[in-house]
Amino acid sequence: MIRIFPRGTLMPFLFACTVALGVLLPLMMMVTISLNPDEQDILVSMGSLKSFIPETVSFQNYIDVWTDPARPFFRYMMNTAIVTVATLLISITINSMAAFVVAQGSLPGNKMVLLFVVATIAVPAESLVLPQLILAGKLGLVDTYVVQILPGIANALSIFLFFQFFSRIPKDLFEAAELDGFSFFQKYRHIALPLSKPVISAVAILQFLEMWNAYLWPVMVTRGPEVRPLTVAMGAFFGTNQRIPWGDVMAFAVSMAVPVILFFLLMQRQFIASVMSSGVKG
Amino acid sequence: MADVLIQSVTKRYGTVEVVPSLNLEIPEGSFTVLVGPSGCGKSTLLRMIAGLETVSDGKIFIGGTDITHTAPSQRGVAMVFQSYALYPHMSVAENIGFGLRLAGMGKSEMEGRVREAADILQLGPLLDRKPKQLSGGQRQRVAIGRAIVRKPKVFLFDEPLSNLDAALRAQMRVELSELHERLGSTMVYVTHDQVEAMTMADQIVVLNKGHIEQVGAPMHLYNAPATPFVAGFIGSPKMNFLQGPKPWASAPQGALIGIRPEHITLSQTGGQWPATVRHVEHLGGETLVHLDSECVGSLTVKVTGDLSAQAGTTLHASPRPEMLHVFTDGQRVSA
Repeated sequence: MIRIFPRGTLMPFLFACTVALGVLLPLMMMVTISLNPDEQDILVSMGSLKSFIPETVSFQNYIDVWTDPARPFFRYMMNTAIVTVATLLISITINSMAAFVVAQGSLPGNKMVLLFVVATIAVPAESLVLPQLILAGKLGLVDTYVVQILPGIANALSIFLFFQFFSRIPKDLFEAAELDGFSFFQKYRHIALPLSKPVISAVAILQFLEMWNAYLWPVMVTRGPEVRPLTVAMGAFFGTNQRIPWGDVMAFAVSMAVPVILFFLLMQRQFIASVMSSGVKG
Repeated sequence: MADVLIQSVTKRYGTVEVVPSLNLEIPEGSFTVLVGPSGCGKSTLLRMIAGLETVSDGKIFIGGTDITHTAPSQRGVAMVFQSYALYPHMSVAENIGFGLRLAGMGKSEMEGRVREAADILQLGPLLDRKPKQLSGGQRQRVAIGRAIVRKPKVFLFDEPLSNLDAALRAQMRVELSELHERLGSTMVYVTHDQVEAMTMADQIVVLNKGHIEQVGAPMHLYNAPATPFVAGFIGSPKMNFLQGPKPWASAPQGALIGIRPEHITLSQTGGQWPATVRHVEHLGGETLVHLDSECVGSLTVKVTGDLSAQAGTTLHASPRPEMLHVFTDGQRVSA
């Protein structure tokens, strides 16, 4: 008899399916509701299996969300994109440089600096927002892109991931470069950075998610649609006493999630390689 | 091309002295091999010449210039590493030429030098490949090419053949010797393999625990080793050291007596030392016979051609008296 599931794999398979369903069901529900133009039908069927099968399928909710002049979706998306991309570019540059100095530099106490940086991972971001808000107010940065970008630049996890990667690059490579006349910066620029594509992908994905989905800090420091990101704009659906337009909310959420999914698909090969290598290599 | 002068150079890590005050002269244009067991300080010495390790005390001169505190890239040296140390993301051509580009050399001159090095090392068809697409031998050639293009005064090799298989190692030994003849540059080569040292060097420096045991031409070290350490280290199989209270009648009391395996003859009928065959290794052109003798302890004898001796049989070993090496107080007294 041919076994479909080799011995001992059925239970793990069922467990994996259950977890996958737990993740996929809300996403499927989000998509199906966003395609349902009938608000009454959405409210009646919400929470039941019927919410996965809309009576009529239409993109009307998407058209409403994308063209609502009171809630300029593409403006919000551009704001989010500017803040996220700018943070990513600056953050990857600065954090990788910091990690390179700690991993390959010979400054006294650099390992202590790393310990200190890693320790800051344990500090909840929420505990920092009030002092940061006061600082931003004093500097006149409230309601700007800069105030949304600055706190995201120095990232302890990103420094740590880069440090781990740079520490594993064979010493001979940098010594050969030293004999070739590379300066410390050139070793970073021409050797370490080109080799770190997997860790750049991992850091980029993690920080992209963090920045794209940031809510607390942007809601505190943005006032109008000029610099407001998607998350804050979406939150505004729930801030009024009016009935929540679930079709629009879900269409908004799907539109907001698509760039994240595309970005992950773009970077996933390198990301998985990075995660795998961090597990396999000592 | 330049000579290298090492003057009272010491290397300490904290309180541990790994190279006690060491003096050495490496003549211009020579192929000098630093050889010794693991941990003897040969790589540390090479890295101090390269500038990759600081010197605790003493001075290093290259071509008469004190370079003790000069940056590695300004010393006029190029180094080939055991691990090749090729930049994985660059092509062969970029690996060879990148140092020149950083030094601000013009594109046409740089390409000329890369082509020249590629011709010497037969790397022409591989210039666009990445290191991972090359075999071990090809990678080693690229690493040598990277050294050649810089036209250094001194080439430094840190066990460059250790990662290659035996056949390729033998081939690369010949290629490196030919390269030395062609370039005529000063080359300093570190290895723990005495065969590499014997076959490639004009001058061998035998190191032990950070000290120089002996410096000389390969055959001089083979024929007249200054210490028992050199006698045991140079030559394969190792020199036999005779055991027993007075293994050779005419030798001074307490002397250590050595004889190389190729300087002992075996006979079934009679000889100096009766011995029992323990093991026989047939190498094709020659045979190594391992014996146990009640007179002088265990012996290894190298015999030309095949010898069909069975383990347990008794043979008679006789040394060539003029080839005996006698050491007292750790120093050679006669042969």
